[in-house]
Amino acid sequence: MPNYRIHKTEYIDETKRVSFKYDGKTYFGYEGDTLASALLANGIHLVGRSFKYHRPRGIVSCGAEEPNAICQIGSKKDLTEPNVRATELELYEGLEASSQNCWPNVKFDIGGINNFISPLIPAGFYYKTFMWPKSFWKKVYEPLIRLSAGLGKSPTEPDPDIYDHKHVHYDVLVIGGGVSGIIAAKMAAKNNLKTLLVDDKKILGGSTIYQNNEFIKIDNKLSSEWLKNEIQEIQKLSNLTIKTRTSIAAYHGYNFLLAKENLTDHLPEEKKQNKIRQRLWKIRAKKVVIATGSIERPLVFNNNDRPGILLSNSINKYLDYYGVTCGENIILFTNNDSAYETSISLHKKGIKNLIVDLRKSASSELIKQAESLGIKIYFNHVVTNTFGYRKINSLEIMKLSEDGNTTVGDKIKLSCDCLGMSGGWTPMVHMHTQSGGKLDFRDDDQVFLPKENSEDQISIGSCNGDFDLENIIDKTVNKINKFLDIDNQDYQDTNIICSKENDKRNIWLLPNKIPLGKTKCFIDFQNDSTAKDIKLALKEGFRSIEHVKRYTTTGMATDQGKLSNMHALGIIADTAGVKMGTLGTTTFRPPFTPLTFGTLVGRNVGKFFEVVRKTSMHEWHVENNAEFENVGQWKRPWYYAKKGESMHDAVQRESKAARDSAGILDASTLGKIDIQGTDASEFLNRVYTNAWSKLAIGKCRYGLMLNEDGMVYDDGVTTRISENHYLMTTTTGGAANVLSKLEDYLQTEWPELDVYLTSVTDHYSTASICGPNSKKILNKLFPNLDLSDENFPHMSFKEDKLENINCRIMRISFTGELSYEINIESKYGHSLWKMCIEAGKEFNLTPYGTETMHLLRAEKGFIIVGQDTDGTMTPSDLQMDWIVSKKKYDFIGKRSLYRSDTIREDRKQLVGLLTDDPKEILEEGAQIVSDVKSKPIDMLGHVTSSYFSPNLNKSIALAVVRSGKTMKGQKLIIPMENKNINVTVSDTIFLDKENKRLNA
Amino acid sequence: MFLINCPFCGERDQSEFSSGGEAHIVRPKQPTELSDDEWAEYLFMRKNIKGIQFERWNHVHGCRKWFNVVRDTSNDKILSVYKMGEKPPVNYK
Ligand SMILES: [Zn+2]
Repeated sequence: MPNYRIHKTEYIDETKRVSFKYDGKTYFGYEGDTLASALLANGIHLVGRSFKYHRPRGIVSCGAEEPNAICQIGSKKDLTEPNVRATELELYEGLEASSQNCWPNVKFDIGGINNFISPLIPAGFYYKTFMWPKSFWKKVYEPLIRLSAGLGKSPTEPDPDIYDHKHVHYDVLVIGGGVSGIIAAKMAAKNNLKTLLVDDKKILGGSTIYQNNEFIKIDNKLSSEWLKNEIQEIQKLSNLTIKTRTSIAAYHGYNFLLAKENLTDHLPEEKKQNKIRQRLWKIRAKKVVIATGSIERPLVFNNNDRPGILLSNSINKYLDYYGVTCGENIILFTNNDSAYETSISLHKKGIKNLIVDLRKSASSELIKQAESLGIKIYFNHVVTNTFGYRKINSLEIMKLSEDGNTTVGDKIKLSCDCLGMSGGWTPMVHMHTQSGGKLDFRDDDQVFLPKENSEDQISIGSCNGDFDLENIIDKTVNKINKFLDIDNQDYQDTNIICSKENDKRNIWLLPNKIPLGKTKCFIDFQNDSTAKDIKLALKEGFRSIEHVKRYTTTGMATDQGKLSNMHALGIIADTAGVKMGTLGTTTFRPPFTPLTFGTLVGRNVGKFFEVVRKTSMHEWHVENNAEFENVGQWKRPWYYAKKGESMHDAVQRESKAARDSAGILDASTLGKIDIQGTDASEFLNRVYTNAWSKLAIGKCRYGLMLNEDGMVYDDGVTTRISENHYLMTTTTGGAANVLSKLEDYLQTEWPELDVYLTSVTDHYSTASICGPNSKKILNKLFPNLDLSDENFPHMSFKEDKLENINCRIMRISFTGELSYEINIESKYGHSLWKMCIEAGKEFNLTPYGTETMHLLRAEKGFIIVGQDTDGTMTPSDLQMDWIVSKKKYDFIGKRSLYRSDTIREDRKQLVGLLTDDPKEILEEGAQIVSDVKSKPIDMLGHVTSSYFSPNLNKSIALAVVRSGKTMKGQKLIIPMENKNINVTVSDTIFLDKENKRLNA
Repeated sequence: MFLINCPFCGERDQSEFSSGGEAHIVRPKQPTELSDDEWAEYLFMRKNIKGIQFERWNHVHGCRKWFNVVRDTSNDKILSVYKMGEKPPVNYK
């Protein structure tokens, strides 16, 4: 097996050998490696296939910008993870990784055929090709796209890992632990500011930490040695928290940032067990220092995507940090000085290399150093083509014309096994723009830079466009002193010697004798978009960068165009003949690198996903086989199936029992608001549509609450407990909103009213007993209470004791039956319920759930707010004009009840529907029409509630129908998928119109 | 994610609050005297300014008090907070 690890470094622990599997084969690396460095050490460059053409692709970079080396990690159904960048994944014993997007395997795959038919896959290919015929979408196109897209597999079982969230507050947050970040953190912390420094790598130091060019010196030391000393210094600072393996995912307003800390991803399987995998930090910082650095740009030339073609600086990091060389015969193609550092490093390790430089000449110290070492430099030359299928083996260069627009002279063919490219540097302005900052364009080296720094956010170092060390350190110190309003003198006498770049030349799309249509000049490696695609999009009329991006899919892969966006912009500007700075950029959206759902959700999974509210009778319901329904956060019994019963069977039995003898419902979830104060009556007058002033103490009244727009908002029964004391009930789902709304009016519109509101929903449990035998059951429970209609009529309230515990008993009914609601302090709710059940045994007292409750009230035509209403129904639409006071001067929503729109006669109005076939049950939500022949069919309304009534032995439904009030007796049609159902409009009250049962 | 300085509790995270739209829209004292258009003006019409806007916020997961906020909607900076019933700060008019 080849070994490209050619020297020892302090970052690789050669005493700790690590075995791992890649595409099923076992390899070895060392602790300190990333998967990418270990693969390169084993001579493996080819790691995947490109998205569209399935061209062989190799490792390009050494960080978050990596477009090609994305892997599927692990194979377990619950733990496998796609789209992991091999350049960021730290190697651990037992790691299993496989390349993505290359079925059946990376060396030979079927999609590779696309490479040969690529003239058929131009920009907008997907839009153009997969449009027609429509019927092809589901069966042909979508499976094809999904198959060839191949961006990894999602786990198919729940994620067993633990994730955590942490909220923190700091005076200063420093993002990025390179030279400038370390200096900033030290200055802040030494000035007594509580500081957090985060860096996404395993160790601090950025690219300076492995810098070993003896020309570049700080205080007469190698810059890397000087920096190590600084890192030791800051680790002693008590005010400073350092978090490595932590990357900022999002920068929101008010300096609120999200960071992902990786805790176990680098550990072997057995050490990951039972540990928190990742922690999401929710950071509030008074001031944020952005020191996120910059990433190297590729160059755009023909066949610039072969395995073995990497970013020049990455070749340098693999060599000096990991001890791995990316080749034995390397060519560096550059338009700036930084590739010379790589060249000199390679030279020192004995790796043969030469430089092709776009610039006509260059004269910095670095270049002099390279020249003095005898490194061959081709100035004013350009790479025009590369060769080699699975790995680059040679390339052609040509001389550039004077204006740089074309090539001149003869081709020179050079052999190589690796090509480093450096198109300059792109400052990472993501954090700055995410925070709302604007950008400026610097023509000099064609970079976007943070335009202004606000008082609470600043960019320093190379993300601010400062590239040489002297500039970085000087500017950082000055800016941080100013930004934090401090006077730190630590770096006053720091002596920096570095090379200064004097010459710049940038060409976004490099010239070639071959027509562009016949070249493959890749811009976005992961999504396979080329310079040709960009030009085609422009030719077809696209102008905005956001449109070109979407049409060509440039920058839309998992790397979000970190390597490609600038080139796309540059080529658009050049082609359109406009200045690049005027085009703007695409939007930088969070997250900076992909996040797992687990990290975002944290501990809120499984039973912690949402708050669950249970009544105090809940255990009884569970023991008695209740099926539950979620109503808001509440768990409510839906129905209680006996052995062998279907839901329908259970509901029919419960409904019949409630009307024939007695039923009992857990009504504890209804919202309860305690209202007190000398203006309580006046307050109720203003919030309900009906009048409240004359309600006697000890009486109950049903009320309808509107929004100011006149639409029904909530309903419920309110009881007058004493002169200035009411108990309001609301719908279960509306309780919180009603309280908020009432508080809003009290605090803002009517602060003069003496009214106090308290939510007591959780304080009381409620058992509601209904049916002809309910009075007998009540009598057993409260033998001293006079239940006669004279003493305790319908819509009234009494207090009595149940074994010395106070109960509030209301005689109110939502079923149309004689009915009592017993309220007791919640802690006695379970006992109350059991006593009711015991007392009711001889009367077949049947527990019923929400489904039966809905059925019983529908038989009586009582509405359920939220089911029969949807925020567009007025009381009149509901045929409830009787509840709207004509006398009251004002109440919430009154004025809206006679707006031109609310008095329209053709509004949708609540009606009853009876099916011609009494056994046919309508579907809730079904549309209602009067004529199915003339098209388009006019929709008149829809079914809101539908049941089979066992008490009437027929199907009943409530519906909202246009002009429904005037349609009683008319025939309508419910068109369903296979048939039309004939119905007749009826009254909304189906049972006991005379309300005789209330006093049965 | 704003930090909002509740006039009763102090600085808290935005997640504790709910927004109540434009401030200083007073419910008419005599709605029945208003024309449809006048009532619609109160009911539906909101300014939705880019720039300095007066808003209502409720510390719903805190003291539950409503109060007013002056916010520059172009950069989300909150310039001032004041209690219900207090006059808006004149320097932002
Ligand atoms: Zn508060």
